[in-house]
Amino acid sequence: MKARIGYIAANTFREAVRDRVLYNLIAFALLLSGAAILVGQISIDIERLVVVNLGLTAVSLFGIVIAIFIGIGLVSKEIEKRTLYTVLSRPVRRWEFIIGKFFGLAGTLVVNTFFMAIGVFAALLYVTHKFSVSDAFILVALYFIVLEFLIICSLALLFSSFSSPLLSAVFAFSLFVIGSFADDLRGFATLTHGLTRWIATAAAYLVPNFSTLNVISAVAHQQSIGAQLIVQNTLYALFYTAVALSGAVLIFERRNLK
Amino acid sequence: MTPQKRTTTVAAACLVVSMAACVLLLHHIDEIRPQAGVDDTLYINSPKVIQRASLGFNGLMACVYWTRAVQYFGYRHAQNERTYNELAPLLEIATALDPHMIPVYQFGANFLAPAPPNGAGEPARAVDLMQYGIRNNPDNWRLYYDLGFVYYTELRDYKRAGEVFELGSKAPNANPFMKLLAAQMAEHAEDYATARMLWMATYESSTQTDIRQNALEHLRSIKVDEAVTSLQNAVTRFIQQSGRAPASLWELAAAEHLPGIPVDPDGNPYELSFDGQVLVQHPDDFPFITKGTPPGYKRSGLAKFHTKD
Repeated sequence: MKARIGYIAANTFREAVRDRVLYNLIAFALLLSGAAILVGQISIDIERLVVVNLGLTAVSLFGIVIAIFIGIGLVSKEIEKRTLYTVLSRPVRRWEFIIGKFFGLAGTLVVNTFFMAIGVFAALLYVTHKFSVSDAFILVALYFIVLEFLIICSLALLFSSFSSPLLSAVFAFSLFVIGSFADDLRGFATLTHGLTRWIATAAAYLVPNFSTLNVISAVAHQQSIGAQLIVQNTLYALFYTAVALSGAVLIFERRNLK
Repeated sequence: MTPQKRTTTVAAACLVVSMAACVLLLHHIDEIRPQAGVDDTLYINSPKVIQRASLGFNGLMACVYWTRAVQYFGYRHAQNERTYNELAPLLEIATALDPHMIPVYQFGANFLAPAPPNGAGEPARAVDLMQYGIRNNPDNWRLYYDLGFVYYTELRDYKRAGEVFELGSKAPNANPFMKLLAAQMAEHAEDYATARMLWMATYESSTQTDIRQNALEHLRSIKVDEAVTSLQNAVTRFIQQSGRAPASLWELAAAEHLPGIPVDPDGNPYELSFDGQVLVQHPDDFPFITKGTPPGYKRSGLAKFHTKD
Protein backbone atom coordinates (compact mmCIF):
# COMPACT_ATOMS: atom_id res chain seq x y z
CA MET A 1 0.00 0.00 0.00
CA LYS A 2 2.70 2.49 1.03
CA ALA A 3 4.71 1.71 -2.07
CA ARG A 4 1.73 2.32 -4.37
CA ILE A 5 0.95 5.66 -2.69
CA GLY A 6 4.65 6.55 -2.88
CA TYR A 7 4.84 5.85 -6.61
CA ILE A 8 1.73 7.94 -7.32
CA ALA A 9 3.11 10.77 -5.16
CA ALA A 10 6.50 10.70 -6.87
CA ASN A 11 4.86 10.71 -10.28
CA THR A 12 2.67 13.66 -9.31
CA PHE A 13 5.77 15.55 -8.18
CA ARG A 14 7.53 14.76 -11.46
CA GLU A 15 4.52 15.99 -13.44
CA ALA A 16 4.47 19.26 -11.50
CA VAL A 17 8.15 19.82 -12.19
CA ARG A 18 7.61 18.99 -15.86
CA ASP A 19 4.82 21.59 -15.88
CA ARG A 20 7.47 24.13 -15.01
CA VAL A 21 5.78 24.93 -11.73
CA LEU A 22 9.08 25.56 -10.05
CA TYR A 23 9.80 28.33 -12.52
CA ASN A 24 7.61 30.51 -10.34
CA LEU A 25 10.60 30.58 -8.05
CA ILE A 26 12.36 32.76 -10.58
CA ALA A 27 9.52 35.27 -10.53
CA PHE A 28 9.49 35.15 -6.75
CA ALA A 29 13.24 35.66 -6.50
CA LEU A 30 13.07 38.65 -8.81
CA LEU A 31 10.19 40.16 -6.87
CA LEU A 32 11.89 39.80 -3.56
CA SER A 33 15.28 41.04 -4.74
CA GLY A 34 13.74 44.09 -6.30
CA ALA A 35 11.65 44.78 -3.24
CA ALA A 36 14.60 44.42 -0.91
CA ILE A 37 16.69 46.90 -2.88
CA LEU A 38 13.79 49.34 -3.31
CA VAL A 39 12.75 49.16 0.30
CA GLY A 40 16.22 49.98 1.44
CA GLN A 41 16.05 53.21 -0.50
CA ILE A 42 12.53 54.45 0.18
CA SER A 43 11.67 53.46 3.71
CA ILE A 44 13.16 54.36 7.03
CA ASP A 45 13.22 51.97 9.99
CA ILE A 46 10.71 49.55 8.51
CA GLU A 47 12.90 47.69 6.03
CA ARG A 48 12.67 44.47 8.00
CA LEU A 49 8.92 44.86 8.40
CA VAL A 50 8.35 45.33 4.68
CA VAL A 51 10.66 42.51 3.59
CA VAL A 52 9.16 40.01 6.01
CA ASN A 53 5.57 41.00 5.18
CA LEU A 54 6.21 41.04 1.45
CA GLY A 55 8.27 37.87 1.42
CA LEU A 56 5.94 35.75 3.50
CA THR A 57 2.83 37.06 1.75
CA ALA A 58 4.39 36.24 -1.62
CA VAL A 59 5.28 32.71 -0.42
CA SER A 60 1.72 32.23 0.74
CA LEU A 61 0.02 33.62 -2.35
CA PHE A 62 2.30 31.94 -4.89
CA GLY A 63 1.84 28.66 -3.09
CA ILE A 64 -1.95 28.99 -2.84
CA VAL A 65 -2.18 29.72 -6.57
CA ILE A 66 0.02 26.71 -7.41
CA ALA A 67 -1.94 24.48 -5.02
CA ILE A 68 -5.25 25.47 -6.57
CA PHE A 69 -4.25 25.38 -10.21
CA ILE A 70 -2.41 22.11 -10.01
CA GLY A 71 -4.77 20.55 -7.49
CA ILE A 72 -7.90 21.14 -9.54
CA GLY A 73 -6.47 19.15 -12.43
CA LEU A 74 -5.08 16.26 -10.45
CA VAL A 75 -8.05 13.98 -11.02
CA SER A 76 -9.85 15.62 -13.91
CA LYS A 77 -6.72 15.68 -16.10
CA GLU A 78 -6.16 11.98 -15.51
CA ILE A 79 -9.75 11.28 -16.52
CA GLU A 80 -9.48 13.49 -19.57
CA LYS A 81 -6.25 11.89 -20.75
CA ARG A 82 -7.67 8.43 -19.91
CA THR A 83 -4.56 7.60 -17.92
CA LEU A 84 -6.70 7.08 -14.84
CA TYR A 85 -8.14 3.85 -16.25
CA THR A 86 -4.65 2.50 -16.79
CA VAL A 87 -3.71 3.33 -13.20
CA LEU A 88 -6.87 1.86 -11.71
CA SER A 89 -6.58 -1.28 -13.81
CA ARG A 90 -3.49 -2.04 -11.76
CA PRO A 91 -3.98 -3.20 -8.16
CA VAL A 92 -4.33 0.40 -7.02
CA ARG A 93 -7.28 1.33 -4.90
CA ARG A 94 -9.10 4.54 -5.65
CA TRP A 95 -8.34 5.90 -2.20
CA GLU A 96 -4.64 5.13 -2.69
CA PHE A 97 -4.74 7.16 -5.87
CA ILE A 98 -6.27 10.13 -4.06
CA ILE A 99 -3.82 9.98 -1.15
CA GLY A 100 -0.87 9.55 -3.50
CA LYS A 101 -1.91 12.59 -5.52
CA PHE A 102 -2.23 14.60 -2.34
CA PHE A 103 1.25 13.72 -1.12
CA GLY A 104 2.72 14.45 -4.55
CA LEU A 105 1.25 17.95 -4.65
CA ALA A 106 2.06 18.61 -1.01
CA GLY A 107 5.64 17.54 -1.66
CA THR A 108 5.88 19.92 -4.62
CA LEU A 109 4.72 22.79 -2.45
CA VAL A 110 7.08 21.93 0.39
CA VAL A 111 10.04 21.95 -2.01
CA ASN A 112 8.78 25.21 -3.48
CA THR A 113 8.46 26.76 -0.02
CA PHE A 114 11.92 25.60 0.96
CA PHE A 115 13.56 27.48 -1.91
CA MET A 116 11.35 30.52 -1.36
CA ALA A 117 12.31 30.54 2.33
CA ILE A 118 15.96 30.76 1.30
CA GLY A 119 15.00 33.76 -0.81
CA VAL A 120 13.20 35.45 2.09
CA PHE A 121 16.12 35.00 4.45
CA ALA A 122 18.54 36.20 1.80
CA ALA A 123 16.52 39.38 1.29
CA LEU A 124 16.27 39.84 5.04
CA LEU A 125 20.02 39.50 5.44
CA TYR A 126 20.52 42.07 2.69
CA VAL A 127 18.41 44.74 4.43
CA THR A 128 19.32 44.04 8.05
CA HIS A 129 22.93 42.84 7.54
CA LYS A 130 22.57 40.28 10.32
CA PHE A 131 20.05 37.86 11.74
CA SER A 132 18.49 38.22 15.16
CA VAL A 133 16.89 35.66 17.46
CA SER A 134 13.40 36.87 16.57
CA ASP A 135 14.05 35.96 12.91
CA ALA A 136 13.64 32.31 13.92
CA PHE A 137 9.91 32.93 14.18
CA ILE A 138 9.86 33.48 10.44
CA LEU A 139 10.39 29.72 10.24
CA VAL A 140 7.21 29.27 12.29
CA ALA A 141 5.30 31.52 9.89
CA LEU A 142 6.66 29.47 6.97
CA TYR A 143 5.64 26.27 8.72
CA PHE A 144 2.11 27.63 9.15
CA ILE A 145 2.09 28.55 5.45
CA VAL A 146 2.94 24.94 4.62
CA LEU A 147 0.02 23.85 6.81
CA GLU A 148 -2.20 26.22 4.78
CA PHE A 149 -0.96 24.52 1.62
CA LEU A 150 -1.90 21.10 2.98
CA ILE A 151 -5.45 22.29 3.59
CA ILE A 152 -5.75 23.96 0.19
CA CYS A 153 -4.30 20.91 -1.59
CA SER A 154 -6.82 18.64 0.09
CA LEU A 155 -9.68 21.00 -0.79
CA ALA A 156 -8.55 21.31 -4.41
CA LEU A 157 -8.38 17.53 -4.58
CA LEU A 158 -11.83 17.23 -3.00
CA PHE A 159 -13.38 19.47 -5.64
CA SER A 160 -11.37 17.87 -8.42
CA SER A 161 -12.80 14.47 -7.47
CA PHE A 162 -16.27 15.43 -8.67
CA SER A 163 -16.19 18.75 -10.50
CA SER A 164 -14.74 20.35 -13.60
CA PRO A 165 -11.40 22.20 -13.33
CA LEU A 166 -13.02 25.63 -13.68
CA LEU A 167 -15.60 25.06 -10.97
CA SER A 168 -13.01 23.43 -8.74
CA ALA A 169 -10.83 26.53 -9.05
CA VAL A 170 -13.75 28.79 -8.19
CA PHE A 171 -14.75 26.68 -5.17
CA ALA A 172 -11.22 26.33 -3.88
CA PHE A 173 -10.40 30.00 -4.28
CA SER A 174 -13.70 31.03 -2.70
CA LEU A 175 -13.05 28.82 0.30
CA PHE A 176 -9.59 30.34 0.61
CA VAL A 177 -11.04 33.86 0.69
CA ILE A 178 -13.85 32.93 3.08
CA GLY A 179 -11.42 31.00 5.26
CA SER A 180 -9.22 34.09 5.52
CA PHE A 181 -12.22 35.88 7.01
CA ALA A 182 -13.21 32.96 9.25
CA ASP A 183 -12.81 35.05 12.41
CA ASP A 184 -15.18 37.68 11.04
CA LEU A 185 -17.62 34.95 10.06
CA ARG A 186 -17.72 33.79 13.66
CA GLY A 187 -18.08 37.39 14.73
CA PHE A 188 -21.11 37.71 12.47
CA ALA A 189 -22.52 34.53 13.97
CA THR A 190 -22.33 35.94 17.51
CA LEU A 191 -24.39 38.96 16.43
CA THR A 192 -27.27 36.82 15.19
CA HIS A 193 -29.94 34.97 17.12
CA GLY A 194 -31.87 31.73 17.04
CA LEU A 195 -31.62 29.38 14.06
CA THR A 196 -29.60 31.90 12.03
CA ARG A 197 -26.98 31.87 14.77
CA TRP A 198 -26.72 28.07 14.65
CA ILE A 199 -26.41 28.04 10.87
CA ALA A 200 -23.88 30.87 10.81
CA THR A 201 -21.81 29.23 13.57
CA ALA A 202 -21.86 25.88 11.78
CA ALA A 203 -20.75 27.55 8.56
CA ALA A 204 -18.01 29.39 10.41
CA TYR A 205 -16.60 26.15 11.77
CA LEU A 206 -17.05 24.30 8.49
CA VAL A 207 -14.88 26.66 6.45
CA PRO A 208 -11.15 26.26 6.94
CA ASN A 209 -9.82 28.80 9.40
CA PHE A 210 -6.86 30.29 7.58
CA SER A 211 -6.72 33.34 9.83
CA THR A 212 -5.37 31.26 12.70
CA LEU A 213 -2.54 30.06 10.46
CA ASN A 214 -1.64 33.58 9.40
CA VAL A 215 0.98 34.93 11.78
CA ILE A 216 2.83 37.01 9.19
CA SER A 217 2.06 40.34 10.85
CA ALA A 218 2.98 39.07 14.31
CA VAL A 219 6.28 37.70 13.05
CA ALA A 220 7.00 40.88 11.10
CA HIS A 221 6.63 42.78 14.38
CA GLN A 222 9.02 40.30 16.05
CA GLN A 223 6.35 38.86 18.33
CA SER A 224 6.92 35.31 19.56
CA ILE A 225 4.60 32.45 18.67
CA GLY A 226 3.76 30.09 21.52
CA ALA A 227 4.54 26.38 21.32
CA GLN A 228 0.96 25.56 22.26
CA LEU A 229 -0.33 27.48 19.25
CA ILE A 230 2.12 25.66 16.98
CA VAL A 231 0.95 22.28 18.24
CA GLN A 232 -2.75 23.12 18.05
CA ASN A 233 -2.48 24.66 14.60
CA THR A 234 -0.62 21.57 13.40
CA LEU A 235 -3.32 19.30 14.73
CA TYR A 236 -6.04 21.52 13.27
CA ALA A 237 -4.44 21.51 9.81
CA LEU A 238 -3.94 17.75 9.89
CA PHE A 239 -7.48 17.05 11.00
CA TYR A 240 -8.99 19.47 8.48
CA THR A 241 -6.89 17.93 5.72
CA ALA A 242 -8.17 14.53 6.84
CA VAL A 243 -11.75 15.83 6.58
CA ALA A 244 -11.25 17.05 3.00
CA LEU A 245 -9.36 13.93 1.93
CA SER A 246 -11.99 11.66 3.50
CA GLY A 247 -14.62 13.54 1.53
CA ALA A 248 -12.57 13.17 -1.65
CA VAL A 249 -12.19 9.43 -1.04
CA LEU A 250 -15.89 8.95 -0.34
CA ILE A 251 -16.86 10.80 -3.52
CA PHE A 252 -14.23 9.24 -5.75
CA GLU A 253 -15.06 5.72 -4.55
CA ARG A 254 -18.55 6.15 -5.92
CA ARG A 255 -17.77 8.12 -9.00
CA ASN A 256 -18.76 6.57 -12.29
CA LEU A 257 -15.73 6.99 -14.50
CA LYS A 258 -17.38 5.95 -17.73
CA MET B 1 -17.47 -6.57 4.11
CA THR B 2 -16.30 -5.70 0.60
CA PRO B 3 -13.19 -3.54 0.19
CA GLN B 4 -15.31 -0.66 -1.09
CA LYS B 5 -17.62 -0.80 1.92
CA ARG B 6 -14.63 -1.00 4.22
CA THR B 7 -13.09 2.07 2.54
CA THR B 8 -16.39 3.93 2.78
CA THR B 9 -16.79 3.13 6.47
CA VAL B 10 -13.24 4.14 7.33
CA ALA B 11 -13.42 7.35 5.27
CA ALA B 12 -16.78 8.34 6.76
CA ALA B 13 -15.58 7.70 10.30
CA CYS B 14 -12.38 9.64 9.60
CA LEU B 15 -14.38 12.56 8.25
CA VAL B 16 -16.69 12.78 11.25
CA VAL B 17 -13.97 12.37 13.87
CA SER B 18 -11.65 14.82 12.14
CA MET B 19 -14.39 17.46 11.82
CA ALA B 20 -15.21 17.13 15.52
CA ALA B 21 -11.52 17.45 16.36
CA CYS B 22 -11.29 20.57 14.19
CA VAL B 23 -14.15 22.25 16.04
CA LEU B 24 -12.66 21.43 19.45
CA LEU B 25 -9.21 22.59 18.42
CA LEU B 26 -10.54 25.92 17.11
CA HIS B 27 -12.03 26.62 20.54
CA HIS B 28 -8.65 26.07 22.17
CA ILE B 29 -6.80 28.01 19.52
CA ASP B 30 -9.03 31.05 20.03
CA GLU B 31 -7.99 31.20 23.67
CA ILE B 32 -4.29 31.13 23.03
CA ARG B 33 -3.95 33.16 19.85
CA PRO B 34 -2.22 36.50 20.28
CA GLN B 35 -4.83 39.22 19.94
CA ALA B 36 -3.05 41.10 17.23
CA GLY B 37 -6.22 41.15 15.14
CA VAL B 38 -7.05 44.79 15.52
CA ASP B 39 -3.48 45.95 14.97
CA ASP B 40 -3.58 44.02 11.71
CA THR B 41 -6.94 45.55 10.84
CA LEU B 42 -5.65 49.05 11.35
CA TYR B 43 -2.37 48.51 9.52
CA ILE B 44 -4.19 50.53 6.87
CA ASN B 45 -6.32 53.03 8.74
CA SER B 46 -7.24 55.37 5.94
CA PRO B 47 -10.91 54.97 5.03
CA LYS B 48 -10.20 56.19 1.49
CA VAL B 49 -7.51 53.58 0.91
CA ILE B 50 -9.70 50.85 2.30
CA GLN B 51 -12.57 51.98 0.11
CA ARG B 52 -10.41 51.62 -2.97
CA ALA B 53 -8.97 48.31 -1.85
CA SER B 54 -12.40 46.85 -1.24
CA LEU B 55 -13.05 46.91 -5.00
CA GLY B 56 -16.57 48.25 -4.62
CA PHE B 57 -17.56 45.85 -1.86
CA ASN B 58 -17.80 48.75 0.58
CA GLY B 59 -20.87 47.40 2.29
CA LEU B 60 -19.25 44.08 3.09
CA MET B 61 -16.06 45.74 4.34
CA ALA B 62 -18.16 48.07 6.49
CA CYS B 63 -19.83 45.01 8.04
CA VAL B 64 -16.43 43.47 8.68
CA TYR B 65 -15.08 46.59 10.39
CA TRP B 66 -18.27 47.02 12.39
CA THR B 67 -18.10 43.43 13.61
CA ARG B 68 -14.46 43.89 14.53
CA ALA B 69 -15.27 47.09 16.45
CA VAL B 70 -17.87 45.26 18.52
CA GLN B 71 -15.56 42.29 19.11
CA TYR B 72 -12.69 44.65 19.98
CA PHE B 73 -14.68 46.56 22.58
CA GLY B 74 -16.29 43.45 24.03
CA TYR B 75 -12.99 41.59 24.31
CA ARG B 76 -11.12 44.47 25.96
CA HIS B 77 -14.04 45.18 28.28
CA ALA B 78 -14.06 41.54 29.39
CA GLN B 79 -10.28 41.68 29.94
CA ASN B 80 -10.66 44.70 32.26
CA GLU B 81 -8.67 46.87 29.88
CA ARG B 82 -8.83 50.62 30.44
CA THR B 83 -7.95 51.84 26.96
CA TYR B 84 -9.85 51.53 23.71
CA ASN B 85 -7.57 53.42 21.39
CA GLU B 86 -8.65 51.58 18.26
CA LEU B 87 -12.39 51.94 18.81
CA ALA B 88 -12.69 55.38 17.21
CA PRO B 89 -10.70 54.46 14.05
CA LEU B 90 -12.70 51.24 13.63
CA LEU B 91 -16.02 53.07 13.88
CA GLU B 92 -14.83 55.88 11.61
CA ILE B 93 -13.72 53.42 8.96
CA ALA B 94 -17.00 51.49 9.17
CA THR B 95 -19.06 54.66 8.71
CA ALA B 96 -16.77 55.97 5.97
CA LEU B 97 -17.34 52.72 4.06
CA ASP B 98 -21.07 52.80 4.71
CA PRO B 99 -22.36 56.17 6.00
CA HIS B 100 -25.86 54.76 6.39
CA MET B 101 -24.93 52.13 8.95
CA ILE B 102 -26.93 53.61 11.81
CA PRO B 103 -26.06 51.07 14.56
CA VAL B 104 -22.43 52.17 14.33
CA TYR B 105 -23.31 55.73 15.33
CA GLN B 106 -25.43 54.49 18.21
CA PHE B 107 -22.58 52.32 19.42
CA GLY B 108 -20.23 55.29 19.16
CA ALA B 109 -22.53 57.51 21.20
CA ASN B 110 -22.76 54.93 23.97
CA PHE B 111 -19.22 53.59 24.11
CA LEU B 112 -16.89 56.09 22.42
CA ALA B 113 -17.78 59.08 24.59
CA PRO B 114 -17.87 57.75 28.19
CA ALA B 115 -14.67 57.84 30.20
CA PRO B 116 -12.66 54.63 30.67
CA PRO B 117 -13.19 51.91 31.66
CA ASN B 118 -16.77 52.10 30.39
CA GLY B 119 -15.84 53.76 27.13
CA ALA B 120 -13.02 55.16 25.09
CA GLY B 121 -13.20 58.59 26.72
CA GLU B 122 -13.30 60.45 23.41
CA PRO B 123 -16.46 62.60 23.47
CA ALA B 124 -15.07 65.00 20.85
CA ARG B 125 -14.61 62.16 18.38
CA ALA B 126 -18.03 60.83 19.29
CA VAL B 127 -19.49 64.26 18.44
CA ASP B 128 -17.61 64.28 15.11
CA LEU B 129 -18.94 60.79 14.35
CA MET B 130 -22.53 61.82 15.11
CA GLN B 131 -22.23 65.00 13.04
CA TYR B 132 -20.89 62.95 10.14
CA GLY B 133 -23.84 60.62 10.54
CA ILE B 134 -26.31 63.49 10.56
CA ARG B 135 -24.76 65.01 7.41
CA ASN B 136 -25.24 61.70 5.63
CA ASN B 137 -28.59 60.83 7.17
CA PRO B 138 -30.29 64.18 7.86
CA ASP B 139 -33.75 62.63 8.23
CA ASN B 140 -32.80 60.13 10.89
CA TRP B 141 -34.01 61.59 14.20
CA ARG B 142 -32.13 58.87 16.08
CA LEU B 143 -28.78 60.42 15.21
CA TYR B 144 -29.80 63.79 16.61
CA TYR B 145 -30.86 61.98 19.75
CA ASP B 146 -27.46 60.25 19.97
CA LEU B 147 -25.62 63.54 19.49
CA GLY B 148 -27.74 65.29 22.10
CA PHE B 149 -27.15 62.30 24.35
CA VAL B 150 -23.37 62.80 24.12
CA TYR B 151 -23.66 66.54 24.79
CA TYR B 152 -25.85 65.84 27.82
CA THR B 153 -24.15 62.86 29.45
CA GLU B 154 -20.48 63.45 28.72
CA LEU B 155 -19.96 67.09 27.81
CA ARG B 156 -22.67 68.50 30.16
CA ASP B 157 -23.41 71.06 27.45
CA TYR B 158 -27.14 71.25 28.11
CA LYS B 159 -27.66 74.20 25.80
CA ARG B 160 -26.19 72.37 22.81
CA ALA B 161 -28.04 69.22 23.80
CA GLY B 162 -31.31 71.15 23.79
CA GLU B 163 -30.55 72.65 20.38
CA VAL B 164 -29.79 69.24 18.92
CA PHE B 165 -32.91 67.64 20.40
CA GLU B 166 -34.94 70.53 19.00
CA LEU B 167 -33.42 70.02 15.53
CA GLY B 168 -34.04 66.31 15.76
CA SER B 169 -37.66 66.82 16.72
CA LYS B 170 -38.20 68.33 13.25
CA ALA B 171 -36.91 65.24 11.43
CA PRO B 172 -39.56 63.11 9.74
CA ASN B 173 -41.16 60.51 12.07
CA ALA B 174 -39.24 61.90 15.03
CA ASN B 175 -40.22 60.39 18.33
CA PRO B 176 -42.38 62.88 20.30
CA PHE B 177 -40.03 62.69 23.29
CA MET B 178 -37.46 64.66 21.29
CA LYS B 179 -39.48 67.83 21.80
CA LEU B 180 -39.93 66.96 25.44
CA LEU B 181 -36.21 66.44 25.88
CA ALA B 182 -35.47 69.76 24.18
CA ALA B 183 -37.78 71.48 26.66
CA GLN B 184 -36.28 69.60 29.62
CA MET B 185 -32.77 70.66 28.65
CA ALA B 186 -33.84 74.26 28.81
CA GLU B 187 -34.97 74.19 32.45
CA HIS B 188 -34.40 70.86 34.17
CA ALA B 189 -31.19 69.57 32.64
CA GLU B 190 -29.66 68.45 35.91
CA ASP B 191 -32.74 66.77 37.31
CA TYR B 192 -32.78 63.04 37.88
CA ALA B 193 -36.10 62.92 36.04
CA THR B 194 -34.45 64.24 32.89
CA ALA B 195 -31.59 61.78 33.14
CA ARG B 196 -34.06 58.95 33.67
CA MET B 197 -36.07 60.08 30.65
CA LEU B 198 -32.94 60.10 28.51
CA TRP B 199 -31.82 56.63 29.54
CA MET B 200 -35.34 55.20 29.21
CA ALA B 201 -35.46 56.66 25.69
CA THR B 202 -32.11 55.01 24.92
CA TYR B 203 -33.28 51.70 26.33
CA GLU B 204 -36.56 51.69 24.47
CA SER B 205 -35.30 52.93 21.13
CA SER B 206 -32.23 50.72 20.78
CA THR B 207 -32.17 47.12 19.60
CA GLN B 208 -28.53 46.47 20.46
CA THR B 209 -28.10 44.35 23.57
CA ASP B 210 -24.97 46.14 24.82
CA ILE B 211 -26.62 49.55 24.57
CA ARG B 212 -29.80 48.38 26.30
CA GLN B 213 -27.85 46.79 29.13
CA ASN B 214 -25.75 49.91 29.52
CA ALA B 215 -28.94 51.99 29.71
CA LEU B 216 -30.39 49.62 32.32
CA GLU B 217 -27.28 50.00 34.48
CA HIS B 218 -27.57 53.78 34.25
CA LEU B 219 -31.24 53.64 35.24
CA ARG B 220 -30.39 51.49 38.26
CA SER B 221 -27.64 53.92 39.24
CA ILE B 222 -30.01 56.89 38.89
CA LYS B 223 -32.46 55.13 41.21
CA VAL B 224 -29.67 54.68 43.76
CA ASP B 225 -28.51 58.31 43.43
CA GLU B 226 -32.07 59.53 43.93
CA ALA B 227 -32.60 57.31 46.96
CA VAL B 228 -29.28 58.32 48.53
CA THR B 229 -30.05 62.02 47.92
CA SER B 230 -33.49 61.63 49.47
CA LEU B 231 -32.11 59.75 52.49
CA GLN B 232 -29.27 62.25 52.92
CA ASN B 233 -31.83 65.09 52.94
CA ALA B 234 -33.75 63.15 55.58
CA VAL B 235 -30.56 62.81 57.67
CA THR B 236 -30.01 66.59 57.37
CA ARG B 237 -33.56 67.26 58.56
CA PHE B 238 -33.02 64.83 61.47
CA ILE B 239 -29.82 66.63 62.49
CA GLN B 240 -31.53 70.02 62.30
CA GLN B 241 -34.40 68.79 64.47
CA SER B 242 -32.52 66.71 67.00
CA GLY B 243 -29.05 68.22 66.93
CA ARG B 244 -27.36 64.87 66.27
CA ALA B 245 -27.00 62.31 63.51
CA PRO B 246 -29.40 59.36 63.63
CA ALA B 247 -27.94 56.30 65.37
CA SER B 248 -29.20 54.00 62.63
CA LEU B 249 -31.39 53.94 59.55
CA TRP B 250 -34.15 52.41 61.73
CA GLU B 251 -34.20 55.57 63.77
CA LEU B 252 -34.28 57.67 60.62
CA ALA B 253 -37.05 55.54 59.09
CA ALA B 254 -39.10 55.92 62.26
CA ALA B 255 -38.58 59.70 62.29
CA GLU B 256 -39.57 59.99 58.62
CA HIS B 257 -42.46 57.51 59.00
CA LEU B 258 -41.04 55.21 56.35
CA PRO B 259 -42.50 51.67 56.05
CA GLY B 260 -39.05 50.12 56.52
CA ILE B 261 -35.38 50.53 55.82
CA PRO B 262 -34.96 51.64 52.18
CA VAL B 263 -33.25 49.12 49.96
CA ASP B 264 -31.30 49.48 46.73
CA PRO B 265 -32.54 47.96 43.42
CA ASP B 266 -30.84 44.65 44.37
CA GLY B 267 -32.73 44.51 47.67
CA ASN B 268 -29.77 45.37 49.91
CA PRO B 269 -30.51 47.93 52.63
CA TYR B 270 -28.61 51.20 52.57
CA GLU B 271 -26.18 51.84 55.41
CA LEU B 272 -25.52 54.82 57.63
CA SER B 273 -21.99 55.77 58.66
CA PHE B 274 -21.19 57.09 62.12
CA ASP B 275 -21.02 60.65 60.75
CA GLY B 276 -24.41 60.47 59.08
CA GLN B 277 -23.36 59.58 55.50
CA VAL B 278 -25.75 57.33 53.59
CA LEU B 279 -23.83 54.53 51.92
CA VAL B 280 -24.58 51.83 49.36
CA GLN B 281 -23.76 48.34 50.63
CA HIS B 282 -22.23 47.06 47.38
CA PRO B 283 -21.16 50.07 45.28
CA ASP B 284 -19.43 47.78 42.75
CA ASP B 285 -22.86 46.54 41.68
CA PHE B 286 -23.83 50.04 40.52
CA PRO B 287 -21.09 51.18 38.20
CA PHE B 288 -22.50 54.62 37.44
CA ILE B 289 -23.57 55.92 40.85
CA THR B 290 -22.23 59.29 41.92
CA LYS B 291 -23.52 59.16 45.49
CA GLY B 292 -23.42 56.73 48.41
CA THR B 293 -19.83 55.58 48.02
CA PRO B 294 -17.49 55.63 51.01
CA PRO B 295 -14.69 58.26 51.10
CA GLY B 296 -11.67 57.19 49.06
CA TYR B 297 -13.68 54.50 47.27
CA LYS B 298 -12.16 53.17 44.04
CA ARG B 299 -14.08 50.82 41.86
CA SER B 300 -12.43 47.39 42.03
CA GLY B 301 -13.48 46.12 38.64
CA LEU B 302 -15.26 47.11 35.51
CA ALA B 303 -18.90 47.84 35.10
CA LYS B 304 -20.38 44.38 34.70
CA PHE B 305 -23.59 44.33 32.80
CA HIS B 306 -25.09 41.87 35.19
CA THR B 307 -28.67 42.77 34.45
CA LYS B 308 -30.01 40.39 31.81
CA ASP B 309 -31.90 42.05 28.95
